[in-house]
Amino acid sequence: MDFAMTIQGSWSLLLTGLVTTVIVSLIAIAVGTVIGFVSSLMGLSRIWVLKALSQVYVWVIRGTPMIVQAFIVYFGMPQLIQTFVPGFTISAFSASAITLSINAGAYLSEIFRGGINAVDPGQVEASRSLGMSQARTMRRIILPQAVRITIPSLVNQFIITVKDSSILSVIGLAELVNRAKVYVGGTYQFFATYVLVAVLYLAVISALMVASRYIEKRLNRDKDPA
Amino acid sequence: MTKILLEAVRKSFRTLEVLKGIDLSVDAGEVVCVIGPSGSGKSTLLRCVNALESVTQGRVIVDDIVMSDPKCDVNTARRNIGMVFQSFNLFSHMTVRRNITLAPMDLKKTTKPDADALAVELLTRVGLEDKIDAYPRQLSGGQKQRVAIARALAMRPDVMLFDEPTSALDPEMVGEVLAVMQQLAADGMTMLVVTHEMGFAREVADRVIFMADGMIVEQGTPSEVFGNPREPRTKDFLRRVSQAG
Ligand SMILES: Nc1ncnc2c1ncn2[C@@H]1O[C@H](COP(=O)(O)OP(=O)(O)OP(=O)(O)O)[C@@H](O)[C@H]1O
Ligand SMILES: [Mg+2]
Repeated sequence: MDFAMTIQGSWSLLLTGLVTTVIVSLIAIAVGTVIGFVSSLMGLSRIWVLKALSQVYVWVIRGTPMIVQAFIVYFGMPQLIQTFVPGFTISAFSASAITLSINAGAYLSEIFRGGINAVDPGQVEASRSLGMSQARTMRRIILPQAVRITIPSLVNQFIITVKDSSILSVIGLAELVNRAKVYVGGTYQFFATYVLVAVLYLAVISALMVASRYIEKRLNRDKDPA
Repeated sequence: MTKILLEAVRKSFRTLEVLKGIDLSVDAGEVVCVIGPSGSGKSTLLRCVNALESVTQGRVIVDDIVMSDPKCDVNTARRNIGMVFQSFNLFSHMTVRRNITLAPMDLKKTTKPDADALAVELLTRVGLEDKIDAYPRQLSGGQKQRVAIARALAMRPDVMLFDEPTSALDPEMVGEVLAVMQQLAADGMTMLVVTHEMGFAREVADRVIFMADGMIVEQGTPSEVFGNPREPRTKDFLRRVSQAG
């Protein structure tokens, strides 16, 4: 129960875990945003194959636990690929980054789709009536407004992604929770160690919230009466 | 010279026929006001002119361009047709200046200094040069609508379409918008205006069209339609509006 002692004994181990948590989360946020954005456009497309692909993707990812997805990517996929490429393996880190990205992408896809749909159709008509093409209207009018609408939900999803990275400890990713378990296994300092882990998550997520608050303010300058 | 020509235009939404054979021509410089009860198809008619709605049958021609042709390059054709909406539809994430300069800079490759000068010129015309750096939220309804008119004029259109431009305004702001439109008419703009402002139609229109149930029931000069309506449905409509107003 001695915090000072726990901090002293665990900090180097927990710090490596924290770095891994942050890196894998940032990758998933970046890649997931790209996947989610493309998927949302596919979902809104009039080409039914694209629409169906997006819908199935979102349906499968949202309908299955991430722990199962992680097992499939880490244990299942290599087994399948080995039948074509003997000796194929995947690192826990790669499998984790892939799982977390695909997972975030599905939720972000729905967020983007909702944001695009929430843009007032009158804005689109005004743009089209000036002679702006559909693509240009998307770029100039719809997307900038959709991003403003979705920021709170995006931040929420980013926070979930950071926290969900802890699930990947089950496939041996050396992230924060995984390192904490290792430390606790040797020292039995359960309370102090896990409180410390909680504080570290809180710090990372608070930083994310501060950054997003800043971005939101900048984007919404038009909403503050000056 | 004919600017807008509609030939036997029919428009259905699924099974609901909204326009039931409209023939209409508007000459260059003419101001035509369309009046009629709610749901009679006035907005739909206007939206067929710039192909925001596709027609089911018939032809729509603006400046010799067949808008109703599926192969028509509507994006280019629409540059010549300004439209003003009941709900303003100013781009909410852009300043007044950007609302006005966006289309000329994107579509006509107007340079930034030229586009800025254009914005100042048009805003002066609608009496809002001091609002150039404001965002739409900071404007009153009447100011928004005047900016929307300036935005539509920025593409230097030959034809302007107005869909109830004052219906969403508080009564004290109707006048300022109508004054801008009246000036535009005096400058020789070809205008097709859906309106409930009978005073404006009476004063500014060269021709008034009364629509009911997807058809043009009656048309003529303002004094003919307002002073001496022939059709019972026109009389009935005018009686009801004058009571309400
Ligand atoms: N996109 C649409 N889909 C289905 N029905 C529509 C659509 N747009 C209009 N309608 C229907 O077409 C009819 C005519 O509508 P329109 O908006 O043209 O009338 P309006 O004369 O402009 O009426 P108002 O004075 O209320 O604006 C209405 O019955 C309306 O419900
Ligand atoms: Mg209408």
